[in-house]
Amino acid sequence: MTKCKAFIIGGSAGSLEVLLKVLPNVRTDIPFPIIIVIHRKHGVDSLLPALLSTRTELKVKEVDEKEEIMAGTVYIAPSDYHLLIEQNETFSLDYSEKINYSRPAIDATFQTAAEAYKTKLACLLLSGSNSDGVNGLKYVKSWGGTTLIQDPDSAQVAYMPAQAQLNVAIDQVLTIEDMAAFINLLS
Amino acid sequence: MDLSVITDEHVEILLSDLLEQYGYDFTGYSRASIKRRISRIYTLDRALSFAEFRYRILNDQAYFKRFVEQITVNVTEMFRDPSFFRKLREEVLPKLGTYPLIRIWLAGCSTGEEAYSISIILKELNLLHKSLIYATDLNPTVLEKAAQSIFAMSQMQQYSENYILSGGTKEFSSYYTASYSLAKFDDELKRKIVFSTHNLVSDHSFNEFQLILCRNVLIYFNRDLQHNVLDLFDSSLDELGYLALGSKETVEFSRISNRYKRLPGEKIWRKVG
Repeated sequence: MTKCKAFIIGGSAGSLEVLLKVLPNVRTDIPFPIIIVIHRKHGVDSLLPALLSTRTELKVKEVDEKEEIMAGTVYIAPSDYHLLIEQNETFSLDYSEKINYSRPAIDATFQTAAEAYKTKLACLLLSGSNSDGVNGLKYVKSWGGTTLIQDPDSAQVAYMPAQAQLNVAIDQVLTIEDMAAFINLLS
Repeated sequence: MDLSVITDEHVEILLSDLLEQYGYDFTGYSRASIKRRISRIYTLDRALSFAEFRYRILNDQAYFKRFVEQITVNVTEMFRDPSFFRKLREEVLPKLGTYPLIRIWLAGCSTGEEAYSISIILKELNLLHKSLIYATDLNPTVLEKAAQSIFAMSQMQQYSENYILSGGTKEFSSYYTASYSLAKFDDELKRKIVFSTHNLVSDHSFNEFQLILCRNVLIYFNRDLQHNVLDLFDSSLDELGYLALGSKETVEFSRISNRYKRLPGEKIWRKVG
């Protein structure tokens, strides 16, 4: 990978604890944003940004629509909207039909990011019990981005990364322990 | 979804076709979303090539209608975000109840779920008889559906839960008659609703209102268009009227922001200046 302009993490069941372990070890001067799309229940106003900011010195925030995407920031997709990346590297939100029974859908973010960042994108798919994100990773690959999955053996729910492994050319399979180191080596 | 069937250039060609041929201006829409919508209908309708797809939109009036319906997002539900409807019920509408006539504009009403939700609250507050709800959308097809007041029975459990969470105390099922898979809402609820086409991009203000609701529409617009639409709302809203937006939308950073004061907790602003 030449130069990373965005690192996107998608996950579902069993992915929150991965984030809680990985984020504290990510260096605080990363020259790209980390964008997190996690399936969760709509309604309870999101505690996720607050929870994650206790684990890192990086700025953590829930995405605002039309917001400019900045390096060194951890962005969380709001619940019940699809999170899309525009060509001009801003976020937009979308309340269209659920995809793979999910909103936000990981596929929607991976796919739009693939076109916006092309080879300068890395996407990591974590633990989960459905196949959201698999098509997105395929798309990332076809635009020259880097595809990563959590080692299914280390995932609380192996289905999602395992499906990705079956259907997409994966550049790297990462254990939870390896993830932060991998992110820290990107520039 | 296969996004690669439609390129960025295709999107621009189609948007300029729509503007030139039909006068529908989608050029201020955010591109990522509209591109997904166009790719979706392209795939769904098994277009053979982009040229064929484009020709059909330009020359087949019925297909053009379908195209516009499909590229706009028409996902909605009754009493979505119950705390928002609770605020309407407990604070906003009682305050407007002191007016002799309450005029409400629901912009981008889609298939009507929110219009009926508001109508139910007004009825329970004993305000429906002196209210008028103008429910508008750019899309005639969804308005026809809205006017039928028929929704899927399979949604009713969710809507009933939302209704109760929003402060409703009646039996929700008393508002509709169930018939197999469909729920037909009482005609009384739509007596005070006027369904009409209105395009936020190109149409002007058409009345003065005490309450304007436009939820999850601005997210599809770029910043410039958002500001223009907020100006339109501002010029259509009475002094001390209320403007309600979707849970991720805001009047902050717009030209009208200094005249508006937000009610705590919800995306509702009161025009104070």
